[in-house]
Amino acid sequence: MQPCVSGLPVATRSSIVEIDQVSFGYDAARPVLHGINLTIERGSVVGIMGQSGCGKTTLLRIIAGWLKASAGSARVLGENLNELDEARIFALRRKMGMLFQFGALFTDMSAAENVAFQMREHTNLPEELIRDLAMLKLESVGLRGAADLMPSALSGGMARRVALARAIALDPQLMLYDEPFTGLDPIALGVIARLIRRLNDSLGQTSIVVSHDLAECFDIVDYVYFVSAGRIVAHGTPADLRRSGHPFVHQFVQGEPDGPIPFHYPAPGYGADLALERAGG
Amino acid sequence: MAEGGPVADLRQGLERLGRTFTAKIWRLGFAARFLAYLVLHSGVALRRFGLTIREIYFAGVLSLIIILISGLFVGMVLGLQGYETLQRYGSSEALGILVALSLVRELGPVVAGLLFASRAGSAITAEIGLMKATEQIAAMEMMAVDPIARVVAPRFWAGVISMPLLAALFSAMGIFGGYLVAVPLIGVDQGAFWSQMQASVDVREDILNGVIKSIVFGIAVSWIAVFEGYDAPPTAEGVSGATTRTVVTSSLAILALDFVLTALMFTGGNGR
Ligand SMILES: Nc1ncnc2c1ncn2[C@@H]1O[C@H](COP(=O)(O)OP(=O)(O)OP(=O)(O)O)[C@@H](O)[C@H]1O
Ligand SMILES: [Mg+2]
Repeated sequence: MQPCVSGLPVATRSSIVEIDQVSFGYDAARPVLHGINLTIERGSVVGIMGQSGCGKTTLLRIIAGWLKASAGSARVLGENLNELDEARIFALRRKMGMLFQFGALFTDMSAAENVAFQMREHTNLPEELIRDLAMLKLESVGLRGAADLMPSALSGGMARRVALARAIALDPQLMLYDEPFTGLDPIALGVIARLIRRLNDSLGQTSIVVSHDLAECFDIVDYVYFVSAGRIVAHGTPADLRRSGHPFVHQFVQGEPDGPIPFHYPAPGYGADLALERAGG
Repeated sequence: MAEGGPVADLRQGLERLGRTFTAKIWRLGFAARFLAYLVLHSGVALRRFGLTIREIYFAGVLSLIIILISGLFVGMVLGLQGYETLQRYGSSEALGILVALSLVRELGPVVAGLLFASRAGSAITAEIGLMKATEQIAAMEMMAVDPIARVVAPRFWAGVISMPLLAALFSAMGIFGGYLVAVPLIGVDQGAFWSQMQASVDVREDILNGVIKSIVFGIAVSWIAVFEGYDAPPTAEGVSGATTRTVVTSSLAILALDFVLTALMFTGGNGR
């Protein structure tokens, strides 16, 4: 049924995320995800791409144990999320980091305190060491100079980079990035993209990058899943997908409104909404 | 339709009433469970007391100005009004008693509670609601930190601790205001003013009961404020609606609780 470009990677012992036939809807009337299958290997950087509203953030939230799949099973870091209670999910999350789509920095703390937050909550490190570590993380996103600024004094892109420094504060095994590239200038974008790759490889992390940005994403990921209307419509390595000329990828690259991905959110007939039926007929 | 109009209307009306009523009860039950969870998870707020102290600063210290000024004016008005009445019976020295008892028993806790709800309660609701709307609460949960223990509990306890202190300051300021009007302005005898007050205000009967009232109001306002904030829909309208609800609900709760507490405390038939 699925128009696969290459074969589905077989689930092995080394897979860190296994999503099997997962469906989900915020309300019963409007399902958002339909029978999603994906497998993520330890150590890889995997992209999840698709248009706005197709369910990428929702999928990340399921992987983070935030939302419970209404059908199917999700295994993350060797645990079946359906079977975990709140306390075990919290324990699991200590091994995960998440970059939120809109940063979600704590507005009552400075940039450095934001980065230090998890170290303060989860470790007993001495205060000077925490400060040094926070500075180190900020330096890696190029914002050591902004350490004492409050989030209200940061630009959108700077806030995103501080949020990235905060997400990697405790060197998590699994990193979830929700739109890490939007709102960044080309220089910061390149730096952040390379940083994601470097962190992944040097710390032995596994990363999931949700993005619209095809060029940047293809540069750093090992494998890509394309989502459309809550289904996985194509997946493969960037090289395979580029070569394949797959219609979804093609439409994404070219930014064409017409193609396999509908631009419009599902709606009843246009005529009905404009009351043409009544007026005309 | 087979059913008659009025009957169907009546049935629909009753159904709607029933639904609204069950929804309210359900929400009250939810709020009660929220409070129980919050109290059980207050370890962090008490162990790392700095977190709570910080919130006491925001809830309590920043409410000081409005509480002190209001207290002063309420006391001065009490002095003027009380003198008007008392002098008709030739007992204007009793002005001290009147001012002190009104403030300590009633006006201190109630007016300070109302001011606290609109100054600090609304701010707590807005802050927690905005943290939710901007995904800060979600980010905290993602970092395996319980936001109820880390964000909500310190604010709750800060409110509970601040409220009695603010009420006491309100009363003290009010008594000072009453003194300013009575002694320097009207010319009531200073010795009589203070000695009558001292003789008639009972520590247990009056002051302790006033303190109990202010503690109860503090719990009610803080509970309502943190619950409304945490339960607010994560949007701008959601937060502004919740802020309004905090002020309205807390004010009604204070007045209703005041009636109940007064009935329990001062109608014991002990002749006062
Ligand atoms: N809290 C929610 N309650 C109800 N529906 C929601 C909620 N969050 C998202 N949705 C719906 O779920 C669908 C998928 O949303 P999601 O946020 O996962 O999209 P997305 O792929 O991340 O989009 P974007 O690229 O714009 O961030 C959308 O149709 C949206 O309307
Ligand atoms: Mg999204």
